[in-house]
Parts: sequence; structure tokens; C-alpha cells
Amino acid sequence: MALNRRVFMGTAGAAMLAAPMLRAAGHGKPKVLVIGGGAGGATCARYLAKDSDGALDVTLVEPTRTYYTCFFSNLYLGGFREYESLGHSYGKLASEYGINVIHDWATGVDRDAKTVTLAGGSTLSYDVLVLSPGIDFVEGSVPGWDITAQNAMPHAYKGGSQTQLLKAQIEAMPEGGVFAMVAPPNPYRCPPGPYERISMVAHHLKTNNPTAKILVVDPKEKFSKQGLFEEGWQAHYAGMVTRIGPDFGGENVEVRPDAMEVVIDGEVNKVDVCNVIPAQKAGLICAAAGLTDGNWAPVAPDTMQSRMDENVYILGDASAQGDMPKSGFSANSQAKVAANAIRGALTGSRVFPARYSNTCWSLIAPEDGVKVGASYEPTPEKIASVSSFISQTGEDAALRKTTYEESLGWYAGITADMFG
Amino acid sequence: MRPAVLLAPVLAVSLGLIGPGRAAAEAVAFGDAEAGAEVFLWCSGCHEIGPDAQDSVGPHLNGLFGRRAGAHEGYDYSESLARMGADGLVWDLETLDAYIEVPQSLVSGTRMSFPGIEDQQERNDLLAFLRRYSDSPANIPEAPPTALHVEVALPEEVLALVGDPEYGEYLASECLTCHQKDGSAQGIPSITKWPERNFVVAMHAYRQQLRPHPVMQMVAARLSDEEIAALAAYFKTLD
Ligand SMILES: Cc1cc2nc3c(=O)[nH]c(=O)nc-3n(C[C@H](O)[C@H](O)[C@H](O)COP(=O)(O)OP(=O)(O)OC[C@H]3O[C@@H](n4cnc5c(N)ncnc54)[C@H](O)[C@@H]3O)c2cc1C
Repeated sequence: MALNRRVFMGTAGAAMLAAPMLRAAGHGKPKVLVIGGGAGGATCARYLAKDSDGALDVTLVEPTRTYYTCFFSNLYLGGFREYESLGHSYGKLASEYGINVIHDWATGVDRDAKTVTLAGGSTLSYDVLVLSPGIDFVEGSVPGWDITAQNAMPHAYKGGSQTQLLKAQIEAMPEGGVFAMVAPPNPYRCPPGPYERISMVAHHLKTNNPTAKILVVDPKEKFSKQGLFEEGWQAHYAGMVTRIGPDFGGENVEVRPDAMEVVIDGEVNKVDVCNVIPAQKAGLICAAAGLTDGNWAPVAPDTMQSRMDENVYILGDASAQGDMPKSGFSANSQAKVAANAIRGALTGSRVFPARYSNTCWSLIAPEDGVKVGASYEPTPEKIASVSSFISQTGEDAALRKTTYEESLGWYAGITADMFG
Repeated sequence: MRPAVLLAPVLAVSLGLIGPGRAAAEAVAFGDAEAGAEVFLWCSGCHEIGPDAQDSVGPHLNGLFGRRAGAHEGYDYSESLARMGADGLVWDLETLDAYIEVPQSLVSGTRMSFPGIEDQQERNDLLAFLRRYSDSPANIPEAPPTALHVEVALPEEVLALVGDPEYGEYLASECLTCHQKDGSAQGIPSITKWPERNFVVAMHAYRQQLRPHPVMQMVAARLSDEEIAALAAYFKTLD
């Protein structure tokens, strides 16, 4: 078994695909175990169950009963969306697709025995394991902040209650107060996410607390859709947003949650709300399974199989795959390629060439939507971008409105594609 | 001034638009059918009207007035529209006006991917135009159909390709991140149950960058003729 522990590469995988099929034939239906019921995991479980017509035994392990999407959570902060509208249950995946949904937390993986242990104490076995656990935060990446400070200075970068907390804090800001954000270094989930958030907070403040200010402390030189966001901030929120990039000390930041202070390059700033988005890494279970190299879990570009174990597929934010941004759209796209490959390996069904794509919409102000997207194909080294587009500065209001309306359609589409 | 077409009182009564008392007393100035023919160009990507009109992406629109919604034989309507028809929705001036103003607000699950026409005058003009083909459908004028302009001329062998629906189903998973599988449309058009030919023509139009949407151009750019045929074959089968 030591053979496939460390050195497994994509091309070797193709030759080995037949093996699990033979093995599974020995003990009933092949078992696929999916850890994490988000954009990657829920989609993958649904496609596996839907397309295999009962030939696979699909189990999904996810601790929460309702998945609150991170996507569109910024629109909730801006007042464009109700919190409840972000929540999705796993009911249909169980009742309509026959997926065994277990609400528990995976704590360990024994890749030799091909088992996963759960916090609740049980052990599940698998023929193929799919990990789509999203992100965790890199400890110490923002001096002064750790996970125990998340109530004073929320990250709101995983779905659910953190988002509600941040919204409550923004609403409670004193007149003329300061909202600060510590933006993350690359790579992180949803490249335009922090800046869409700035736009939505600015919209809320402009409407409810117009003398308030926004301070963004950013370790990055440049950021996603920068020209579009800066144009929008100027047009809609002139004078409200100040961004301090690395040239002015943006990468030399420390926070003091007890005192509600942000220290930028030695200068102390008193703030009213502080949204700390730390540096990120693959969900902890990937490292626990020994499948990470640095912060992320490397995968084969044509299948999303772990480079270190051909029986494990890693999807979404947690994976290191190449050029695709860490987004819900990407995770959903990767999940469908992986489901096709897994089904082929376990049941002998047709396997089609991998195709990936991504589009990320962002809302800057009411009915002022922009988008960026690309399509991708596997090369031996990585998933590589083959073509891309981005909204242009100076577009007219009608086009921006259509783009926004499109994003509503996309949200309805992707959530239906994940949860049925 | 637009030359107004007079809506004959007898028609207005039969459409239930205005009370019989007033209708009998005065004819109603309505829309301009000539101007409506221009407005209809927006509709003509999906609907045919006039002599020899056929069902295409949408049903043909001859004899529309007085027709029960979702009931024209041979066309496969969205569940929502069929249900509203069964519940008694009949197309008349009032209901059509509401429908083309914001289709989704009258019939939430309609597959008609059209944002609607805000301008009341344009709606009136369009309705006046449509009414020509309903008033007395047997008498449809001997004009050429206002139907489809050809978007892209494709060689017959491309149009004749028989798609592989199983491959189409796999490729379609990329489409379904945004387009709804149940055919409902909200901000993003419905693409289910189109005649294969229309689907193929539309995708080629994106691939040749004749249709303007950047996401669709990108998606279409890497599809081969066979893959477009496969997608068309698959989406036709979806309910
Ligand atoms: C503010 C914000 C805005 C965003 N906007 C967009 C957008 O507009 N468009 C877009 O495409 N993307 C957007 N994203 C990014 C998107 O949310 C993520 O990229 C996407 O959710 C990644 O999918 P995933 O499956 O990798 O992880 P997730 O969707 O996070 O799912 C991971 C799941 O795994 C579970 N889990 C973790 N560890 C374990 C374990 N050990 N055992 C069991 N379960 C576990 C978690 O509970 C979670 O439900 C946004 C993100 C943020 C923060």
C-alpha cells in the first residue's frame, strides 16, 4: 500500500482506474464517501447518485443541517437578500436521490484501511473518498487575531452565524464610525469577495450612516476586478472607502480585539467594526489525511484525484489545481468532472474529457452588477485557463442591471444543481 | 402621431376588456399594428406568426386571442403555463398585456425567457399587430411571415448531425450551473425543450460571436459541431 501514498501522479491514475472497480465487485455496491456538503461535496454526491441509478452507495458527511451559502452573503450584508434565502437543506439529497446524509464531523482518515472516523464515534469505509471541506484559517497570519477573537472581530468567511454577527455589528455602528477590513493574502476563496463586501457595506452605510468611513488594509498589490470596484466606489461612495495597500504598510498589520484597534505599520487606529479575513488553507481534514503539500491539497488536473492517493478526490477551495479561482462555481464545475470520473472508475460508465469553467458575479451598488469568468482545461501540470472575459469599466446602467439579474439566475441555478 | 388602429367594439366586448355599456358606445383607440410589427422583431427569435407559421422555440402565435393559455395542441408548454391554462387563463388583451409586461410575474415558471416590455405604447402596438392574426385567423393576410430571420447560415450536414444525448448530458452539466433544469427562467434564459435546430443555430451564433453574451461566447467557443448537436439532443429531452 505504501506504493500509492506519496508519489501518485495524474497519468498513473488513468492506468489504475480499473482497480477499484474489480475490488468493489467483491463486496456489493461500491461505496463513495463524500466529506463536506458545500458547493463541491453536495454537487458531487448529487451527480453520483443521480447518474448511477442506484449502482453506487453514496454517503455525505456534513455537520450542519442547513448549508448557508457564502455566495450572496455579501448581498445579505448590503440588505439585498434575507438571511433565510441563503439557507439550503439536505432533505432532497436524501429523499429524492437516496444519498445517505450523516450530520457529523469527520475527524480522521485511515487511507490504508480506507476508513473515515467521525466525531460521533463511528467509522465509515469507502472505495472512493471525496473531500470537499472548504477552507480553514492559517494560524498567526494576522498578529493579534486567532479563532477565539472571531466574536469581537468576525471573519464572516464561512457561511452561517458569522455573517449574521458581522451584519449586526455593522448595523450597530455609531454615527460616523469606522468599519475596517483586514483583507487576505492570495490565494483565498472568492477573489472578489472582500471587495464586493466593501461595496455592500458602503451601500448600507451610505443609506443608514452616511458619515461613516471604511478602511481596507490589504497585503496585496492588486486585487480581482480592481478597476471595476474602484470605479464603482468612486461613482457611488465617493470619499467613503480608503484602501491601504502594501506600499503604505498594508501588509504590516496587527489587531487588538479587546481594544478594537488596528495597528497599521505602527500607527494605531480605533475602529468600530473589524472584519478580519485571515490567510487560508485547505479544510483541516485534508492535512489530517496527509494529503496536503503546504497549505493546499494537490490534485490531478484531469480528474481532481489527489496526487498522493488515487482513491481520494479533492474538490473546491481545498484543492491545489492550477488556475481556477477558489469559488462556488469552480467547486461545482470540478465536482461534475470528478463525479463522471468516479462513476466511470467504479461502474465502468463512459468517461468524458474534463471541462471546467467559472464565472463570478459581484454587486457594487443596487443593480450595478459586474462579472469575470474563464474556461479551463487540464494540462499534465495543472488546470489551465484557456480563455477569459471581464466586464468593462464605463458600461451602461442597462447592461449592469442585466448582469445583476443574471447573477440572481445563477444563484437559483447553482443551488438547484447542488441540492436538487 | 401614430395612426391608431380602432379596436372594434364587438371585439372589445368579446375580450372582456371593458363593460358592454361603454364598449357599445365608443370604439377604443388602441395600438399601431405597423409599429407593432417592429416590436415583434424581439419576439421573432422564438415565435413565428403569419401564413405557414410553425411552432419553434415558442408556439406559433396565429389565433392567439381567445385561446386558452398553454393549450395549443402539439406544443410542449412549461408546467406553470399549462397549469394556469387549466385553471382558466385565456389570452385576451388584458391577460396578454400583463404577460408581456413582465412574463414571470403572471406565470412564474414560464419558459419564455423575455424580460418584458415596460412601455405601454409598445405593448399596445404589439398587441394590435398580434390581433391581426387572431381576429379572424382564417383570413391571415397573404404577406410573407414575419418569422425568423436567419441568424447563421449553417451547412446542411452540420444541421443534420445526430447528437449523442449521453455525451450531451455530461456536457450539459456545465450549462446547469446557471440554466434551470426545470426550464424556469429568472435572469438567465430557459434552454429546455427547444427544437434541436434552434438550439444548434443559437450555439453556432455564439461560437461565431454573432450573439453578444461573453459567457455564452466563451462556453460555445470550445464546443465542436458534434458537441453542440449532443447538447441540443439532450436539452430537447428534459422535462
Ligand atoms: C463572502 C463570500 C462571497 C462569495 N461569493 C461567491 C460568489 O459570488 N460566487 C462563487 O462562485 N463563490 C463565491 N464564494 C466562494 C464559495 O463560497 C466557495 O468557494 C465554495 O463554497 C467552495 O466550495 P467547497 O465545497 O470547497 O467548500 P464549502 O462550500 O465551504 O463546503 C465545505 C463544507 O464542508 C463541511 N466540512 C468541513 N470540514 C468537515 C469535516 N471535517 N467533516 C465534515 N464536514 C466538513 C463544512 O461544514 C462545509 O459545509 C464566496 C465566498 C465568500 C466567503
